[in-house]
Amino acid sequence: MRSFPVMSVVMALAFAAGAAWPATTLAASAEKGKTAYVQHGCWQCHGTAGQGSLPTSGGKVIARTPLPLDAFKSFVRTTNGAMPPYRQAVLVDEELDDIYAFLQSLPPPKAVSDIPLLNGMRSQ
Amino acid sequence: MPLKNSSKTSTSKLDRRRFLAAAVAGATGAAGAVKPGQAATAHDAQERRPSALPPNAHVAAAETGTPQMPARDTGTPGSDFMVDVIKTLDIKYLPANPASSYRGIHESLINYGKNTMPEFLTCTHEESGVAMCHGYFKATGKPIMTLVHGTVGLQHATMAVYNAWCDRVPVLILGGNDLDAAQRPPGVPTFHSAQDINAIVRDYTKWDDNPVSPQHFAQSFVRMYKIATTPPYGPVMMALDGGLQTEPIREDGEKLYIPKFYTAAPPQGDAAAVKEAARLLVNAERPVIVVDRVARTPNGVRFLVEFAELLQAPVVDQGNRMNFPNTHYLARPATVINNADVIIGMELSDYWNTVNGFVDNGYEGRGQSITKIKPGTKLISISSVDLITKSNYQDFQRFQSIDVSMPGDAEATLPSLIEAVKLAISNDRKDIMAKRGEAIRQAHAKGVDNVKEAAAVAWDASPISTARLVSELYAQIKDLDWSLVSTSGNTSSWANRLWPIEKHHQWLGWSGGYGVGYGAPASVGAALGNRDASRFSVSIQSDGDLMYAPGVLWTAARHKIPLLAVMHNNRGYHQEVMHVQRLSNFRNRVANLGNDSGPVGTSIMNPDIQYHQLAQSMGWWAKGPIVDPVDLEPAIKEAVAAVKSGQPALVNVLTQPR
Repeated sequence: MRSFPVMSVVMALAFAAGAAWPATTLAASAEKGKTAYVQHGCWQCHGTAGQGSLPTSGGKVIARTPLPLDAFKSFVRTTNGAMPPYRQAVLVDEELDDIYAFLQSLPPPKAVSDIPLLNGMRSQ
Repeated sequence: MPLKNSSKTSTSKLDRRRFLAAAVAGATGAAGAVKPGQAATAHDAQERRPSALPPNAHVAAAETGTPQMPARDTGTPGSDFMVDVIKTLDIKYLPANPASSYRGIHESLINYGKNTMPEFLTCTHEESGVAMCHGYFKATGKPIMTLVHGTVGLQHATMAVYNAWCDRVPVLILGGNDLDAAQRPPGVPTFHSAQDINAIVRDYTKWDDNPVSPQHFAQSFVRMYKIATTPPYGPVMMALDGGLQTEPIREDGEKLYIPKFYTAAPPQGDAAAVKEAARLLVNAERPVIVVDRVARTPNGVRFLVEFAELLQAPVVDQGNRMNFPNTHYLARPATVINNADVIIGMELSDYWNTVNGFVDNGYEGRGQSITKIKPGTKLISISSVDLITKSNYQDFQRFQSIDVSMPGDAEATLPSLIEAVKLAISNDRKDIMAKRGEAIRQAHAKGVDNVKEAAAVAWDASPISTARLVSELYAQIKDLDWSLVSTSGNTSSWANRLWPIEKHHQWLGWSGGYGVGYGAPASVGAALGNRDASRFSVSIQSDGDLMYAPGVLWTAARHKIPLLAVMHNNRGYHQEVMHVQRLSNFRNRVANLGNDSGPVGTSIMNPDIQYHQLAQSMGWWAKGPIVDPVDLEPAIKEAVAAVKSGQPALVNVLTQPR
């Protein structure tokens, strides 16, 4: 698992979205993020590869989430939907940065066209 | 009817049947008919018994010794006549756990009845017996029966009875009981007797009875069969007195007979309400059809397709039965409800939750309710469940106001609804509907692509993704006449989303009451029905579900019931993982995982259960644990070959949570 500075990702996303300068400038670790992702139970709803599931996350894929870091953190801290909020007392900022880095480090999914089993599925 | 009554007159000191009938009549306030001499005899008989026995020795004797049979005179045992009655109804199987309280009918079934129609199948748990009946009916459309011990056996069976009740499935349950406190053996058999064993399940059965004579049994058995198999279906219960089973038949001047069973016509929606529903649907701009248990039979699927095509309206199948082909262009996800102007819900188990949402985000355990539909949306309902609402158990769900409500069976009402829609459609509406249908067709195609793209994420993950699991499974069975008999646990409905489900038997729905432990026994019961129809049965079997009563694996092997069970082994009670995590977060506490991967008390690991070895020990072909997705294909291929040879097979797969 590689470590990389979150900063570059955040900057790219933030600039692309025309957002303000991101609040955090700490280097984050995808490896530590993977550990935190498991320890705090994120994987139970979102899967080990961030694939999500229909009943627990409405099928939303969070691997390589397009959300900027600040928006991602804000959501995790304040969500009032089906997902319970993770506040500072439960999940510290550094861990959240690491989790974000882990999610960004996940590989993109295979194309359906490269998966013969899916190609032939539910043909009409 | 093969019954031949003895012409001999009984000289028994105690006529239990008369005594029992009189006691019940007296208890209900009817004029009693106890003759003084008989009452005295009963009293004398009681006095000759020891007043007490050393409990330990007695318990040991009752559990291990040969049961003392009541004094017999010649003549036909009551339970032989009961078998004659049962045989008139073409009941093919009787999965049950043996018990002394029904020894009379047990003996009659296997000897007098030659163990056919019904055939006794040995179960290791009463819950398994009931759930097998449940699954069998959904695969075949024919009810079968089970026997349970009163009271403890029925107590074991209760969750499965509740599932059958909520799933609107007929199951015939007979419970042995020994009402005569003066005659029944003391100790264990008396611990296992009750005044009214049916009370245990009365809140979630359609009907129950406690016959006190052979003729009463005959009438009540045919009656219970008719009640159970008249929509809305449901489980029914009969207490079977020990004396009634074992004592010989006495004519007493009355000729015994077996009432003939005639199928009852299902209740239909009111004609005026049907017409009004058709008017609303035809004039709607965005009508939506929502279905849950419409298709009781394959005919229901055909009617529903015709109805949907007539209206060119999207169909949301909530999936408690195979109602509508998921390959049809009008099959759409639940989100289409949000924009509807008219919704017709048919046999919905929860109408409120169809048009409203609930978010479990309350800090004090009270979640948030939100409406999903636009103001002014007209709601129509056809539901037979409106006809059997009870009070205690809350399976009727939250109350939803409905504009046009039709208590009646949806499948039976559909033909008249189709005709009413045909009459109400004008030519200009036909053009509008055709355009609507074309838009839905395009949305459907896009939806299929989206599902496949979602399935591709985590394709190579280990633990194995549930999408990969069901895709690999389908690849090995797609050319067979397959039947997906159960998916226990939660696999994100991948099979329902990815597999082409077009035939009624290809998907049998869920448990009904969501009582965990349904999947394994119901799968075996359904596989039993499919075996006789030469279908290939497959289940997706979760770990938590299997561990409630895994002995049903032995039943499948013992009775040569072919079934492919592919495990969704996520090593936890995942639903509960979420609840504890949610509450921990609300309370600003880090969830205590102990040494597991989920909050303490929610994992099934350390040690991991070797389900393949468990299955092997009970006579199954089995393989596992499969950790790498590339190993799935060869393992499932081998398992399919084993099932084709006639044996049950299990593949233990370590999976993602959902």
